[in-house]
Amino acid sequence: MSKEKKKNEGMTLITKTITNSLVSVIAMFGAYIALYGHLTPGGGFAGGVIIACSFILLTLTHSKNISLKIFPDLAASLLDNIGALGFAVIGLLGFTAGAFFYNFIAKDEPFGLLSSGTILFSNIAIMLKVMAGVFAVFVGLSIWSRIVSDTDKEE
Amino acid sequence: MLVYYLCLVFFMIGIYCLIAKKNIVRKIIGLVIIEYATNLFFILVGYRHNGIAPIILPNMKGDISGFAAKAVDPLPQALVLTSIVIGFGTLCLMVALAIRLNEKYRTFDTTEINRLKG
Amino acid sequence: MAELVPLFVAVPLCLAFFSLITSKVFKRSSDILTFMSTLFLLLLSLKFIGTSTIDYLVGNWPWPLGIQLHIDKFSVILLLIIQVIGFLAAFYALSYMERYTAKPKFYALFLLMIAGMNGVVITGDLFNLFVFLEIASIASYALVGFGVESEELEASFKYLILGCVASAMILLGIAIVYADTGSLNMADISMFIRTYGVPKSLLFVYALFIMGFGLKAAMVPFHAWLPDAHPSAPAPISAMLSGVLIKALGIYAIARLFFGVFGVNSMIGNTMLVLGVLSMVVGVFLALGQYDIKRQLAYHSISQMGYVMVGLSIGALAKSPEVAVLGMAGGIYHAINHATFKTCLFLCSGAIEYGTGTRDMRKLGGLFKKMPFTSLATAVSALSISGVPPFNGFWSKLIIIIALFQAKLYAVAGITILVSFVTLLSFIKLQRYTIYGALPENLKKVKEVPFSMALTLIILAVLCLALGLGYPYISDFLKDTSTGLRELLTYKI
Repeated sequence: MSKEKKKNEGMTLITKTITNSLVSVIAMFGAYIALYGHLTPGGGFAGGVIIACSFILLTLTHSKNISLKIFPDLAASLLDNIGALGFAVIGLLGFTAGAFFYNFIAKDEPFGLLSSGTILFSNIAIMLKVMAGVFAVFVGLSIWSRIVSDTDKEE
Repeated sequence: MLVYYLCLVFFMIGIYCLIAKKNIVRKIIGLVIIEYATNLFFILVGYRHNGIAPIILPNMKGDISGFAAKAVDPLPQALVLTSIVIGFGTLCLMVALAIRLNEKYRTFDTTEINRLKG
Repeated sequence: MAELVPLFVAVPLCLAFFSLITSKVFKRSSDILTFMSTLFLLLLSLKFIGTSTIDYLVGNWPWPLGIQLHIDKFSVILLLIIQVIGFLAAFYALSYMERYTAKPKFYALFLLMIAGMNGVVITGDLFNLFVFLEIASIASYALVGFGVESEELEASFKYLILGCVASAMILLGIAIVYADTGSLNMADISMFIRTYGVPKSLLFVYALFIMGFGLKAAMVPFHAWLPDAHPSAPAPISAMLSGVLIKALGIYAIARLFFGVFGVNSMIGNTMLVLGVLSMVVGVFLALGQYDIKRQLAYHSISQMGYVMVGLSIGALAKSPEVAVLGMAGGIYHAINHATFKTCLFLCSGAIEYGTGTRDMRKLGGLFKKMPFTSLATAVSALSISGVPPFNGFWSKLIIIIALFQAKLYAVAGITILVSFVTLLSFIKLQRYTIYGALPENLKKVKEVPFSMALTLIILAVLCLALGLGYPYISDFLKDTSTGLRELLTYKI
């Protein structure tokens, strides 16, 4: 009885099949946008939001429990703080070469991946933080699933 | 010039929505409209008529001052990115507060959420 | 020395997130980390007391292109206030926040708020000011609703909506300034205005900035969030909000932008004077009828911020430079004093609530016998705010009234004296209901508050007395600060 209930929760079979194959592609696209943020539009925030959207898609089509099994809330909280700490440490490490937030890594030839110095690592840190943060907010808001809406007045 | 005035009209629509509606979710949407209008105004400040995108391609590397005279200003784009992130963070906080308020007061109507008076 | 300036922002930011990681392993680590971080920031800010102006370019980017951190004497005064009150409030919260859940998250948000306020005070760039203003504001929205009861959530929501509208107006103002002058650096904008005159659309920017920053400073047409937000917050956060946040985000930003960047004229001076007088009068008359202790103190915050604004407006309106410097020195001195005695009052009300469980004046009485330290601190700070010599409130109000007489604003001086008298009336009411009088039956068993709270209250009461008696030592420093504040910002290569 409970096994039938588990198979029936979430959306239909078509949506679940397509989501299963699409989630990893979305996450890879988000990582590409975050890593090449110094050359093309986007950057850490946009890439992080896209990866978080892939997890949110998983939550919507299956259930909250499945996506929490893949990305538990303790891991989200830790990744959040590690991302923020990473960004602040990159700023403080600039002191070794001159000033706060100085770009102290040697720059390669232009239009390559390593051509921007610390911007690459800042983008990665922000991507981790935003991904964990947006997903944690979504999971946190979905805990209150009992919303009373019969007193909603039309304006 | 008309575009900037229309952005301010958009801002006014957001303020109207914030003041005149009683539902909390509609007030939140009004606030989001206000933030959209402000970000749009800021981006339009950096626009140059018939300008190119501010990305140096490999064949433009010799003529930097000509590029600077033709390109759209990239500084407002970076500032608006920051501002959108700030607006998103505030929106998360607002929605979380609206859900908790509904749990405590059992309504989304702001005329009934007024225990603090005087 | 200049390399230590970014630490004011970097240290609380790092430690806020680091304490969230370590508190999952070891519960008490967030207390220890917050205490050490606020102590470190206090000692760091004491090092900057005698310095001349410091300009620090972040990332070694050349001057108008990068972010510039600019510290002068006015920033040093505000940094000192933020660090001292932050340290005392964090020490007080060690025992007070035991009654709430999720203490590590409280400390993380508290450190973020301190990082944001420090950033507002040390920056020399307009958009950087906006970003740090938002960091401090969002942390304070979350902290106001920290004990998640229905009244606190309602107060936090009201504060959030009004604060977001104010921030949107400030961003719109910054966009128009960038469109007019082509730069975001405060010194660069100031030099542009000096060479080319004030552009026409900058008058709209003045209005937007007064609306936006005036809401953060709780000036009267924009004060509606304060009487709900300050009582609902936990006591150390009420003290931080009322004692530091409305000064660092509101008064500092208005003073820095209008005196240093745009240049004052009589129109701005008259606007500030009208706002200040309205705030004084409305705040104190609405405070007379309150029976909730913290709500009364919140209305008095509005009134005292009106005093500071009147003091600053004398600097814009007075004809002779000595009177202008005297008025502004009085305003800044009153801001320092208000930080100490209002913090003490809010922490005392928190102690009363911790001991007796209620904030309603009509249910209290006769606490003098049971809670001696709290009663002493309440009495000292109530006398300070009413303007009774030799405590510090008397001297700063006296300087503002003398400057008003010398600037020939006799009506405003009369209103100031009347408001001071009504403040005395409402604090006599506070003392009679809470400290003196008969002890009700259900309060016979109250005990004194724990050690960390009592020690904080005694330190603040001593500071109130010391700042009052020590005026001859700091008067030159205050006059130098106001003279420096009245000059327009420049950058010497």
